[in-house]
Amino acid sequence: MTLLWVILALAVGTYALRVVGVLLPGRLVLPKRLEALLPVAATTMLAALVATAVFTEAGRLAVGVARPIGVLVGAILAWRKAPFIVVVVAAAATAALLRLAGFE
Amino acid sequence: MKPLPPNPSPDRKLLRDAGALAAAVGVIGISFGAIGVAEGMPAWAPIAMSLLVFAGGAQFLAVGLIGAGNPFAAILGGLLINARHVPFGLAIGSAISDRLGGRLLGAHLLTDESTAFTLAQPDGGRRRRTYWVVAGMLFAAWNIGTVTGVALGTAVGDPETYGLDAAFPAGLLALIMPALREPRTLAAAVAGAAIALATAPFLPAGLPVLLALMGTLIALKENR
Repeated sequence: MTLLWVILALAVGTYALRVVGVLLPGRLVLPKRLEALLPVAATTMLAALVATAVFTEAGRLAVGVARPIGVLVGAILAWRKAPFIVVVVAAAATAALLRLAGFE
Repeated sequence: MKPLPPNPSPDRKLLRDAGALAAAVGVIGISFGAIGVAEGMPAWAPIAMSLLVFAGGAQFLAVGLIGAGNPFAAILGGLLINARHVPFGLAIGSAISDRLGGRLLGAHLLTDESTAFTLAQPDGGRRRRTYWVVAGMLFAAWNIGTVTGVALGTAVGDPETYGLDAAFPAGLLALIMPALREPRTLAAAVAGAAIALATAPFLPAGLPVLLALMGTLIALKENR
């Protein structure tokens, strides 16, 4: 019973967070300069997500081998404008092979 | 298998790229469903979470905290992780729909990946189509994956074996790469990433990424 309520609270709260941002742009006239900053803000947060996904594990800094090198291979390919699918597959394959070779 | 044409049309490219990401999302969904059942949840619970919450990070955290007997932390922690959806929604809300109904439905499908894919598109029409294609495919993949994981249960292996933990950050990085070629955005992104990493050991999950927003101030300053 508690489980159902926890899931519903999480669902309603998450939807509220999503819908607030999505509905605001139409009703709110932002100053031009602030509006130009929104994509920069979103990109900055995505970059922060990338950094924490690579270098943290359960809330701790964790500099491993397989994952950072896998992502680095992907980053170099992305920088050289390789297709998205190549970036993703190369990153995963590099990390998987390094783990297979015993590097964590 | 027929080889891909040298210059695939934008729509084919979108389906191919989103398909690659959806495949990875599906495998993580399988692992989520399996972990939920392994933590002692009834089969409906992970499935309901994936349908109604649809946010991987918050769902994994919630399963762990519910398993540890801490339902309030599961709710608060999950919502803190998902708070980043507010600025994401602000950034791409107008791309989702012009109509209220479209925005109300589209909001539920908002994720890091659908935001990144949409931002990577130059103009309004392509942005809208990209959002719905990517968001729809990821929603389907996540939920099909979860149901599969629940059915397979503990037979599922660790997704790290396949390097999927490297695939997600690499994919996000590829999507924001065009934006990062602009020096102001790059400066803001590097500062934001540094803030998030510096604060991650001391703050609950979700907060470091929100604090990274302060990195945006660099772009504001250099704008003057």
